[in-house]
Amino acid sequence: MKHPTTYGSYIRYKKLFILILVVAVALAALWAVSAGSAGLSLQEVITTLLGNGSKQSSIIIFNHRLPRILTAIVAGIGLATVGCAMQSLLKNPMASASTLGIAQGAAFGASFAIIVLGAGIQNQTLDGITIINPYIISLCAFVSSMFSTLIVLGLSYFRRVTPESMILAGVALSSMFAGATTLMQYFAADVKVAAVVFWTFGDLGRTGWNEIIIMTVIVVASFIYYAFNRWNFNALQGGEETAKGLGVNVTGFRLLGMLIGSLTASTIVSFIGIINFIGLIAPHLVRRVIGNDYRYLLPASGLMGALLMVASDTAARLVVAPIILPIGAITSFLGAPLFLYLVFKGVGGRK
Amino acid sequence: MIQVQELSFSYKHDRPILADINFSASKGQCTAILGNNGAGKSTLIRCLNRILEPQQGVVYVNGQNTRELKRNDVAKSLAYVAQHNAGDRFTVFDTILLGRKPYIKFEPTQEDIRIVESVISRMKLEDFALRYIDELSGGELQKVMLARALAQQPQVLLLDEPTSNLDLCNQYEVLGIIREIAKTEQISVLLIIHDLNLALRYCDKFLFLKDNRIFCYGGIEVMTPENINEVYEIPVTVQELNGIKVVIPFPNKH
Repeated sequence: MKHPTTYGSYIRYKKLFILILVVAVALAALWAVSAGSAGLSLQEVITTLLGNGSKQSSIIIFNHRLPRILTAIVAGIGLATVGCAMQSLLKNPMASASTLGIAQGAAFGASFAIIVLGAGIQNQTLDGITIINPYIISLCAFVSSMFSTLIVLGLSYFRRVTPESMILAGVALSSMFAGATTLMQYFAADVKVAAVVFWTFGDLGRTGWNEIIIMTVIVVASFIYYAFNRWNFNALQGGEETAKGLGVNVTGFRLLGMLIGSLTASTIVSFIGIINFIGLIAPHLVRRVIGNDYRYLLPASGLMGALLMVASDTAARLVVAPIILPIGAITSFLGAPLFLYLVFKGVGGRK
Repeated sequence: MIQVQELSFSYKHDRPILADINFSASKGQCTAILGNNGAGKSTLIRCLNRILEPQQGVVYVNGQNTRELKRNDVAKSLAYVAQHNAGDRFTVFDTILLGRKPYIKFEPTQEDIRIVESVISRMKLEDFALRYIDELSGGELQKVMLARALAQQPQVLLLDEPTSNLDLCNQYEVLGIIREIAKTEQISVLLIIHDLNLALRYCDKFLFLKDNRIFCYGGIEVMTPENINEVYEIPVTVQELNGIKVVIPFPNKH
């Protein structure tokens, strides 16, 4: 970024970047609605969205594509803002729901709900699972991921561990949860194991309007909380002592911020399965463009997350259409090389 | 005006880091906090603005007990600059704006921006305002940190070794600025410093810490060879050179 000449133009540049992202997400979403195995033209899509389309295109759009794309947008915003927030809260560029063992914890909880509590079954006619009781799965995933969060937070408070050891704690917890999940699967019936495997792929197709509403409420609530704490995030960039000196209640903010992040991430993960790397990559991508000011970083990260999710999902639907690939695999497959690129370019700025 | 009464601090189940600290420092006064490594200098400074919560004692700023204040309100009367400040992807302007954090609800007001701009011009940082702080030199960064503290509009300024990473020229420049701020803004400055000659040049009062207690506290009259020898455990002589007191240490030969 070139050095702008006045603070006003420097701020306008950041606002412009956010505006561009809004437009990009809107265009990507529109394109995603029209793209797919049942070919719809952009014109048909627009007339249908305005309520004047044919019955067939209405069914395709309102029952299949729109819920999918809204899920992608809401989940993308949620995962990216949580990742962005956790990176500041733990003062660790590697922090996100998937690297702290929260995603694996949620996956364990969901598996427990499916296998032990029988909350979901394999649907024989379609290649998917039917979740009988998504709320039980959500609850189990949440409890289980909170367990993960509390261990990481507990370690950081009582033993004063470094960010690196926190990541290692996350790795250890992920491994423990993965092992426990495997053990459960070993003794479970084939159908249930299949249901768990399908669940962990990550799939945007299983959310209905109810789930979307729940996710939206939680994502919006957590975003509002984070947005109102933007100055606390900025103060934390200078280190814990400086933040305290600027009037931040670091301990309380960290605890509440992590709790809210964990709630949001585990809700998303429990509805759509494990989606890796969005929470890690989206904040780092936008950080390179607009810097570390959380006033702009938070919304920009969320939008970038939404954009990446919509793009990944559309790729997942189009690459080998009519088969829909699991989106979790796409984000990991494309996210890892991108992340490696960021690591070697130097995270968050020039070296 | 800051008053400290009966302050003591220790980490859990451990020996005291600070005990029986009593002193007061008036407006416009520059106080050097002196003593060996481990004497409790940094701990003392951090107890004053509640970065660390002392087990005992009260700190009054202009008669107000800081224990009864919210964190944001503590930050409005006491500003703190840490010893090490990592350069981050933050512009100088945004870093100084952060000093307004205790006052800002959601958006900075015109008043906040005006204060930041006036601090920037006071510290002659106009040319750096939109640079990222990880591109600055040590001296420039230290000035930015001081500017951020000033933007807090504090009554007390707490500085942990403000000159430790600076070259000779910048040490004098930064201390000169600090002294001038103390006089013109009528702020009480408490700073940790290791260089006794710099302290003699720029500070009015000298507070020696030894073995976690105040060894002595007073004006230039406490800067005697005996006191310095006692605190630092090294023989020194104090001489006058062109009307300026200088401390010259004579380490024991091995």
